Amino acid sequence: MSGFALPSATLLSQSVLSGIFVGALYGLLGLGLSLSWGLLRLINLAHFAFAFLAAYLCYQMATLGVDPLLSLAVLVPAFFAIGAMLHWLMARFAVTPFNSLLLTFGLTGIIEAIIQTIWTADFRKLESVYGEHKFKIGVLYVPVPELITLVFAVGLSFAVWAVLRYTDLGKAMRAAAEDGPIACAFGVNQRRNSLLLAGTCAALASIAGVCLALSFTLAPSQIYAWVGVVFAAVMLGGLGRALGPLVAGTLIGVSEAITMAVTAPSWAPIVSFTLLIVILVLRPGRAA
Amino acid sequence: MKSGIVKRTPWMIVAAGAALAFVPKLGLPAFYDSLLYLMLHWIVLATSWNILSGYTGYFSFGHGAFFGAGLYTTSTLLARYEWPFLWTLPVAALVAAVLGVGLGAVVFRVKGVRGELFALLTLAITFVIGTIVVNTPLDGGQGVSLSAVPVPAIGPTQSSTFYLLALAAATLTMLIAWGIYVSKFGAGLFAIHDDEDAAEVMGVPTYRYKLMALAVSCALAGVAGGIHALFLSYVTVGEVFTITVPLTVVLMSVLGGSRHWAGPAIGAVAITALLYSFTAANHAVAGKAMVGVILIAAILFMPDGILSRLQALFRRAPKLVPGAAHPPSQLTVPSAAIAPAASGDVLLRVRGLHKSFRGVRALAGVDVDVRRGEILGLLGPNGSGKSTFINVVSGHYVPTGGEIVFEGRGLAGHAAHRIAAAGIARTYQIPRPFAHMSVLDNVALATMFGGAVNDPTDARRRAMTWLEFTGLHGKAQARPDDLNLHQRKFLELARALASRPRLVLLDEVLCGLTPSEIDDAVALIRRIRDQGSTIVFVEHVMRAVMALTDRVVVFNHGELLAEGGVNEVMQRPEVMTAYLGKAHAPVATALHAVERAHA
Repeated sequence: MSGFALPSATLLSQSVLSGIFVGALYGLLGLGLSLSWGLLRLINLAHFAFAFLAAYLCYQMATLGVDPLLSLAVLVPAFFAIGAMLHWLMARFAVTPFNSLLLTFGLTGIIEAIIQTIWTADFRKLESVYGEHKFKIGVLYVPVPELITLVFAVGLSFAVWAVLRYTDLGKAMRAAAEDGPIACAFGVNQRRNSLLLAGTCAALASIAGVCLALSFTLAPSQIYAWVGVVFAAVMLGGLGRALGPLVAGTLIGVSEAITMAVTAPSWAPIVSFTLLIVILVLRPGRAA
Repeated sequence: MKSGIVKRTPWMIVAAGAALAFVPKLGLPAFYDSLLYLMLHWIVLATSWNILSGYTGYFSFGHGAFFGAGLYTTSTLLARYEWPFLWTLPVAALVAAVLGVGLGAVVFRVKGVRGELFALLTLAITFVIGTIVVNTPLDGGQGVSLSAVPVPAIGPTQSSTFYLLALAAATLTMLIAWGIYVSKFGAGLFAIHDDEDAAEVMGVPTYRYKLMALAVSCALAGVAGGIHALFLSYVTVGEVFTITVPLTVVLMSVLGGSRHWAGPAIGAVAITALLYSFTAANHAVAGKAMVGVILIAAILFMPDGILSRLQALFRRAPKLVPGAAHPPSQLTVPSAAIAPAASGDVLLRVRGLHKSFRGVRALAGVDVDVRRGEILGLLGPNGSGKSTFINVVSGHYVPTGGEIVFEGRGLAGHAAHRIAAAGIARTYQIPRPFAHMSVLDNVALATMFGGAVNDPTDARRRAMTWLEFTGLHGKAQARPDDLNLHQRKFLELARALASRPRLVLLDEVLCGLTPSEIDDAVALIRRIRDQGSTIVFVEHVMRAVMALTDRVVVFNHGELLAEGGVNEVMQRPEVMTAYLGKAHAPVATALHAVERAHA
């Protein structure tokens, strides 16, 4: 396209950096989603609503003077309990993967309505000590809130990866995902494990929510804005794989950022969704 | 049985549409017109969605894209080219249908894209198209205003005009949804829902049917979009190409019941009324939460929808079971198209058949002739390629090489439904009935597609004779889940026979049956041959092989090992080695070994 001037090298590398940062958030949001879908066979659309609820709670606590990172001490256990309860409900009624998508959509609507009732539909921005800070490496600016997100995303993804790969608990979970009844016959307590896993997924959503609150303005309608792109990262990364969403999310984030820098911001969604479509059509087995 | 209702239903739809057309004459306040318009609008969208997704089970989340395609077609034609409004609607339908078919032509070729993956794929396409629309002059990012476009004076007021347009669209949509539901086409779609591979093998052209359903579904959504463009009079991408449109129609259909043509309409009326009552009372947010609660409750407590709940409540006392009405005394089984008299010539000629799976050679060039009127036993150790042979000949797998000639026509590489139509039927080792259809409808499906009967009522009548032939007539109205293994195997046989095949491929029909059930099955297979079909019989139960087969071929490692009469072949040293390994070969005949290995 001749109409677009190529941006300078500095601008481009700043774009790539911001792509990495937003990609890390895609990965962090996708991590819990991918685990739930791949290992529990539940497509939890409410994951996004959980993240936003946590973000709003973090925002509320910050207005009372609580440090956003400190608020995790309350949010993580609370959302762990919520996630486990939701899973208990779904298991109690033997909800199929497809119906889990519909059911959690219903739940998302409820949470959205709750958020809108308490915090109104206006945009909210968390003011924290981290927000003002940014430092410079060479010619590039590095904002602190985004750096925190990156650290969380990388740290948690590797931690989950290690647990799934090296611990008995992780192996039991992967075995149960392959074949539940057989895993049970080998002494895996699938009920307990899946409650644990579902709780962990929701806890991961709350951490992603805090990161969301640190870098982004919040509005209830924004819940849906993340759905498509994070799903793309999850499927691109492979279901149930801990490092997949991070790698795929970063890839998507960077390609979006470059698209925005070269063309216009409104073209950004086309990157992730085209990638998703191509993956689904060419390699459907990867996501199934 | 249902014919009275079937004949009355379309007139009832038309009568309801005509009666509702008088509503504007009542002179109700304009907002009633708008509320009713919205109800009808959602009836069109939900019902059109259901024609693809409810009937075939391919849940599309791309309805926003098809609806949006129609909406932007109409708004562009109105705003830019100043077309008369009514003329834009057929174009809107066409553009949406072309979009859908173009999409389906790619997506439906990929076998793995089902269920959640299809839902996500169609959702992703919605966003891609939305992004393109917003970045091109179609929208330009500011939206399109249609406030200057005159609304045609169909009703006494503007709002009543929209009401009448939507009423016409809804009546048409309901008629189409019903028409498909009761037709052969609909039966094929419901078969795809339950088991797509089995449907294809029964002769359902699954790829074409899915595309046709998608085209109808998209065209109707396009019309709804076209009308809605003028109703809104200001259209933006952000409100159209979203996840909310598909999720709302999914919600309505699931709530009403997606396996029935009228289910989505009931859901649409219920949800629209509910949302409206909350919005009217200024509790829009509470309404949103309420929809969520209803959705959750519906999925947990009524996974099949309101309509099937109501049907269960109002089900009248069961009428006479057709099986009891037909005394099974007269077995009027028609003989196959070609009489057994013409036996002896080669019916199926297979030459150099190859099939590899990523380097694993399952068939390494086998030559087999099947003669008309014979029962050919296909033997071999596990993994020797017997089932692959059946799967390739029936068209489930495309052969890597070689030729398959049936009655002088080359069939290698043809789609399974064409092979079924050519006169080859198969059974599955593990029965694969269509779980949501009655036993009778399972067989009627094969009659319609494999046997080229177009009228469903006629097909059911013919299917009944095959149920009598297999002794299942007492179970005609039962669901396959209610049958035991023996009956399910016989249902497989009835389905295979109902397409009136010249060649039947039986894949281990006796596996898992008790000795007395095996005797029944052997007698039945004899009768199948006697009424004119040629049979290829894959089996490990040697007693049955000995009793039934005229000739056997033995496969080993994907190659033809031996061929001839069963007693003679099983004594051959190479056959014994294949079953037992070298050291033990002399100890016993392979015959006994097979019996023991599969006892």
